[in-house]
Amino acid sequence: MTERLGIVVSGSLNKGVEVRLDSSASIEDMAVGRFVTIEGEKRRFFGMITDVSLGVTDPNLTLTPPDVSDPFIAEVLAGTSTFGTLHVSPSLVIGGDAAAILEGPQPVKTIPSHFSAVKLSTQEDVELVFGTEDEKRFFIGNPLDMEVKLCLNLEELVKRSNGIFGKSGTGKTFLTRILLIGMLQKSQAVNLVFDMHNEYGWAGTREGGPPVKALKQLFASRVAVFTLDEENSRHRGVSTDGVVRIGYDEIEPEDITLLRQTLNLTDLAVEAVHQLYRKFGRNWIQDTLGLKGAEELPEGLNIHEGTLLNLQRGLATIRRLPFIEPHSPVNAVKAILEHLDRGINVVLEFGRYRDITAYILVANMLSRRIYDQYQSRVEKADAAAKESLKPRPLVITIEEAHKFLNPEVAGQTIFGKIAREMRKYNVTLLVIDQRPSGIDSEVMSQMGTKITCLLDNDRDIDSVLAGVPGRNELKSVLAKLAAKQQALIFGHAVPMPVAFQPREYGSAESYRGFAPQKDAEEEIEKLWD
Amino acid sequence: MAEIERVGEIIEASTTGFTAQCYELYQMPPLGSLVKTGDSAAELYGIVYNATTTSLEPGRRPIARGKDEDSEEAIYRSSPQLAKLLRSEFGALVVGYKEGDRLYQHLPPQPARIHGFVYQCSPDELKDFGKSFDFLNIILNAHLPVPGEELVAASLRRMSQAHEDRRAFLVAAGKELAILLSGNLNQLNAILGRIKL
Repeated sequence: MTERLGIVVSGSLNKGVEVRLDSSASIEDMAVGRFVTIEGEKRRFFGMITDVSLGVTDPNLTLTPPDVSDPFIAEVLAGTSTFGTLHVSPSLVIGGDAAAILEGPQPVKTIPSHFSAVKLSTQEDVELVFGTEDEKRFFIGNPLDMEVKLCLNLEELVKRSNGIFGKSGTGKTFLTRILLIGMLQKSQAVNLVFDMHNEYGWAGTREGGPPVKALKQLFASRVAVFTLDEENSRHRGVSTDGVVRIGYDEIEPEDITLLRQTLNLTDLAVEAVHQLYRKFGRNWIQDTLGLKGAEELPEGLNIHEGTLLNLQRGLATIRRLPFIEPHSPVNAVKAILEHLDRGINVVLEFGRYRDITAYILVANMLSRRIYDQYQSRVEKADAAAKESLKPRPLVITIEEAHKFLNPEVAGQTIFGKIAREMRKYNVTLLVIDQRPSGIDSEVMSQMGTKITCLLDNDRDIDSVLAGVPGRNELKSVLAKLAAKQQALIFGHAVPMPVAFQPREYGSAESYRGFAPQKDAEEEIEKLWD
Repeated sequence: MAEIERVGEIIEASTTGFTAQCYELYQMPPLGSLVKTGDSAAELYGIVYNATTTSLEPGRRPIARGKDEDSEEAIYRSSPQLAKLLRSEFGALVVGYKEGDRLYQHLPPQPARIHGFVYQCSPDELKDFGKSFDFLNIILNAHLPVPGEELVAASLRRMSQAHEDRRAFLVAAGKELAILLSGNLNQLNAILGRIKL
């Protein structure tokens, strides 16, 4: 069914086109974010409704409104003297000849001619633009008000760092879980998830409902759950694959730099850390905490009494974290890397330690060491010119990203580096955050694809949309998303921005949709063996 | 096919309209009704915009006669010559013509002929004519002794009676008028007020 909405009456490439609604189409049925097709004379254009407005032919009509309580008069005037207009920003075009159709949709360089018909997009249109579900594309949801599968090319997605944004409670976690499953199924990349709220490993919470299954329950053979809090994981009935412990001797000055804000350290204290590390070596934390005052400092260290106190207070906070031990018997980095190398996705649960200090410390420490490994491996592979030696692409998922990537620390943390270097060393980020304005603008601009749920703070909206073509139009779409289960995706992995409703997650049927049929059959076969 | 009602004979004609005299006193077609004249080669359609009843001789004005009579009918009964001394005429605005099977809603190449018979159009013809609203523009642009909006409203009201779905017809006509009169809201409102059901 292709329902004609109206005709193009004016517009420009920069500002988008104005569409006058036919009298048969009700303005109240229109919604920003809807996907429409414009049939030009020679080409078809695809775009999104970005604004809806009312128009009159005679300004007197607004000054002396007619008697619309009479249905006859109201019906006559609707669509003639009074009419609705849509603002559509076309973003893709496809030519009519065979060569152009093979080439697929291209970015727009022109606009449709006067009075071109505008229609709601059909399933074919959506499939033409976004493709159909195949070995690379993953069904992530439906475009707004449409019963069509919107597919995302995950092979493309994981080539860059990506971001998922939205106010709390808008469905970021569900969206992330869907994307993680997609990556697990359709891309070569492995994931390392720093799971602050224990949502991705075994089971996730759902507002007003029973918990939902998470990765390990759906893909037992391809997901390993590590935990920092064994007891808590056991309580929750999670079968873990490893416990992560951190030794004092593993903490390096760079790890403390990142914690400057959360530990409330002064600049001088951070400076002192480096001096202490040089002096004391690996045991610097214990040695520093053992000092009774500035007078006990070894020769050659010039640290002020207040600075030392400030630092000791901060280090004591770290020492109180239960998973920190003087010396860790297991090498967590090695264990995690082994899993990743085998193509097994790793979720690190934080259990009860949801404290931001713990999260930053652990995520940063592990990521840095894993990244170092990746870096040296990729460099070796490059030197030997052997593509096969390169490690699998790795996607690191971090929550509360503004704590890692804010302008003050983005230059120093490993995450800032990963985000900026892109995929040079086969490591990319999946950043989840509710305050994108807190993230360094340079990092934001390097993100390939951004998926954003509702944001209502102007600064957050601006920072998410910075540098995106047609940002003013997208802004109005973004600000009008529903508070739950609607999102806008734009950037590298999608040919054009589109607002969508993420696919259902949480029912038995939805799990069946995710779990590949093949695995189920294999499992049944195994039962007979 | 029902017999077509003959309503008069043309006594004055021009490209834009014609005047016809009725055979019987007061037997003129109603305001806004669609009438036709001409032969099978070319039929002209007109919309009745005006009707008059005057003395046969311009110099002789009728005088009041009913002082001693009980009713109006009694005046005519006691003075039977009146029916011959007075005459009824109506004017029609030419709004289209039919050549062969095609109907055009614009002015015909030739005006009507004097003594041409004028017929009332049948409901089928009204329906056929009402398929297009181009004639509304002719009415609105004509210089007539009656206000254009009155005539438009009257003709649409009459035409709508031939349609099963009167409302749909009037809404469609109203939409056409809304476009024609987009710059003249008052006139539009006046017409819409006169055609609403």
